[in-house]
Amino acid sequence: MESDWTREQPNRGRTYSCKELGPWALFNIKEDVTGHTQVKSSVQRAIRAKILEQYKEGIEGIIDDVMPKKAPLILMKCHEHINLIVMNNEVLFFNHFDGPYFPTLKLLHKYPNMLPRLQVDRGAIKFVMAGANIMCPGLTSKGARMDVSVPADAVVAITAEGKNEILAVGTTKMSTDDIKRINKNIGVETAHYLNDYLWKTVVDI
Amino acid sequence: MDSPDAPSSEHVKPREVPYCGFCSLPPEYCEFGPTLDKCKQWLSKNDKVLYAILYNTLDDQLAAASLNETPEDDKKKAKEAAKIEKQMQKKMQSKVLIKRIERTKRKCVTSVFGLENFDVDLKKAAKLFANKFACGSSVTKNNQGNDEIVVQGDVSDEIFDLILEHWPIVPEDNIDLIEDKKKGK
Repeated sequence: MESDWTREQPNRGRTYSCKELGPWALFNIKEDVTGHTQVKSSVQRAIRAKILEQYKEGIEGIIDDVMPKKAPLILMKCHEHINLIVMNNEVLFFNHFDGPYFPTLKLLHKYPNMLPRLQVDRGAIKFVMAGANIMCPGLTSKGARMDVSVPADAVVAITAEGKNEILAVGTTKMSTDDIKRINKNIGVETAHYLNDYLWKTVVDI
Repeated sequence: MDSPDAPSSEHVKPREVPYCGFCSLPPEYCEFGPTLDKCKQWLSKNDKVLYAILYNTLDDQLAAASLNETPEDDKKKAKEAAKIEKQMQKKMQSKVLIKRIERTKRKCVTSVFGLENFDVDLKKAAKLFANKFACGSSVTKNNQGNDEIVVQGDVSDEIFDLILEHWPIVPEDNIDLIEDKKKGK
């Protein structure tokens, strides 16, 4: 159970970069959304195409349920180049600058098969829910599981030992093979976790 | 709960995930939130089946796990819980004032103050009132610099009912009706 966790201290200033802290460290929907627009249908198609390309088989069967073609799509722009994709008053995806689109946890709970899943051990849960990145030992110890093999820089969902629901979303910093082999340092960079500011955000337009 | 590893068919239906009414997490993660006791109360009231599944097995685990927790962790958690408690209390105490203000002899406006404490979007509320009562309604700053909704016309009783109906989190006792009288009535 005892693993090599590090917890990052939130920097209370506004000078942090998203890369270091995870984008939701200090998110506040009232202050940090600089504007929201209903996007043109061509932009909507582009976003849809990008999400489809990114998740391929994970999302093909459900994309019409998740993002109906005709429903208006609203793009919320936040500070530090974070975009939220909102449909029917629900945040579906978010991304940073022009990086990959991450599904939000509420969406993932509905469609848990969208992403490859890695499981962390029980001792890790409280650190992940405090915003820590996931270190390799947490993914290789006894309670953890990595049944799928995933390359580096892939978007993955994090579940936990003894739990059914998904705990966090992040990107792998190294491939699963490397995580097993090196077993040191950050394995998955957490982007969005349960009870962070995005989770608590209720969008109402 | 169904196994998430089920082979994905052509049309995947969304799963319904229950969320805790108190801390908004999926109930299985309540134990990692700061308000486990309150969450337990909520769950035992609202979903007895799930409560039994989660906490009967969990209590043993928890007992084992809590041995690993340092007193420092406990302190931190207690502090956070107290903070949330305080916020809730503050929320429950804050009042909503509905005030009838006379303009001329037979004309008046109604001002609604304090709705924002219950996480109500004032702009939305103003629009709702305007639609409902077919009258002018706007969000303005009063002389203390706080936002309030001003509705044109005497609709205080109707607004009282509408608030209760539309935002059930606002307790009835916390809504006050006031009449701002100029000489006589």
